[in-house]
Amino acid sequence: MNITVNGSNKVFQDIFSVTDLLKTLQLPPETVVVELNTIIIQPDSYHSAKLVEGDQVEIIRFVGGG
Amino acid sequence: MILVNEQTIPFYKGLTMADLAAAHTPAADIFILNGFPVQANTQINDGDSCSLIQKGVIPTSDEIDALLTARHTPGIQKKIRASTIAILGLGGLGSAVAGAMAKIGIGKMLLSDYDVVEPSNLNRQHYFVDQIGLLKTHALQQNLLRMNPSVSLKLIDERLTESRLPQLFGKVDILIECFDDPEMKAATLRSVLTGMKQVSYVGSSGMAGFGDNNTVLTKKLYPGIYIVGDEISEARPGMGLMAPRVGIAAHHMANQTLRILLGDVQGR
Repeated sequence: MNITVNGSNKVFQDIFSVTDLLKTLQLPPETVVVELNTIIIQPDSYHSAKLVEGDQVEIIRFVGGG
Repeated sequence: MILVNEQTIPFYKGLTMADLAAAHTPAADIFILNGFPVQANTQINDGDSCSLIQKGVIPTSDEIDALLTARHTPGIQKKIRASTIAILGLGGLGSAVAGAMAKIGIGKMLLSDYDVVEPSNLNRQHYFVDQIGLLKTHALQQNLLRMNPSVSLKLIDERLTESRLPQLFGKVDILIECFDDPEMKAATLRSVLTGMKQVSYVGSSGMAGFGDNNTVLTKKLYPGIYIVGDEISEARPGMGLMAPRVGIAAHHMANQTLRILLGDVQGR
């Protein structure tokens, strides 16, 4: 399945939800902001937010320190 | 014309510092001519800039505002003075951003942190050893009012949650995210994007250690939404937060805030 992540096209297999995508990208779900096709997804919906061919995902990742 | 305490007055030949002091600040005991201390009998030339200071006397709020207006120009100072910002997290980033914004005469700041000053904070955070144990909000208030007594401060010392953010900060011009915790960082951006559509945002990610200066960047995510940092330098054992690089990021944040306030870059 082709998904555009932060502007680059990527091919994934066995990815069904935002939760799966974050797991594959090894990103801690609680430290990111996810936008799926221009809609901000709340963390409690990462599992139910299904991904389909051609989706555009923006992921903003935060690391600790301030 | 010459400048005397940031006010323009006519020049005439033979004028000395003592003459100016007699006319403007009779109690002055320190005379600064073009940035250098001089004797009272020093002659002044056309175009000089003179400061007459009375040791130990604190300028009034009006005087400080006049000094800032003279330095920044009236149009700019009016915008800065009319602005309200919120700083979330008063650690290495937040305490430095607050200092920069107080110094330029920001109108109002909402300062938020639930923590107290600890000895381990002092390698980067703008507090003093005699403030250990004070709430950071209270300690920072003391310090900021010594920098600029005319800034208006609102202190919020509760532990914040995502749902509280719009209630507390939904009306500010710019929210500046200076948390340590990456979960609160993400929660804050989400909250600004979904629940605070009028509020501009300057956030932070990645400024630990002593890596390259020039990988700390200010990046536009969306119109009026900016993030500062190198995106990767996470605070962890072996790569702690240190004053120099945290200061670079903090002042990126402060300058981006100013640029938004002055309309130099897009706000929301």
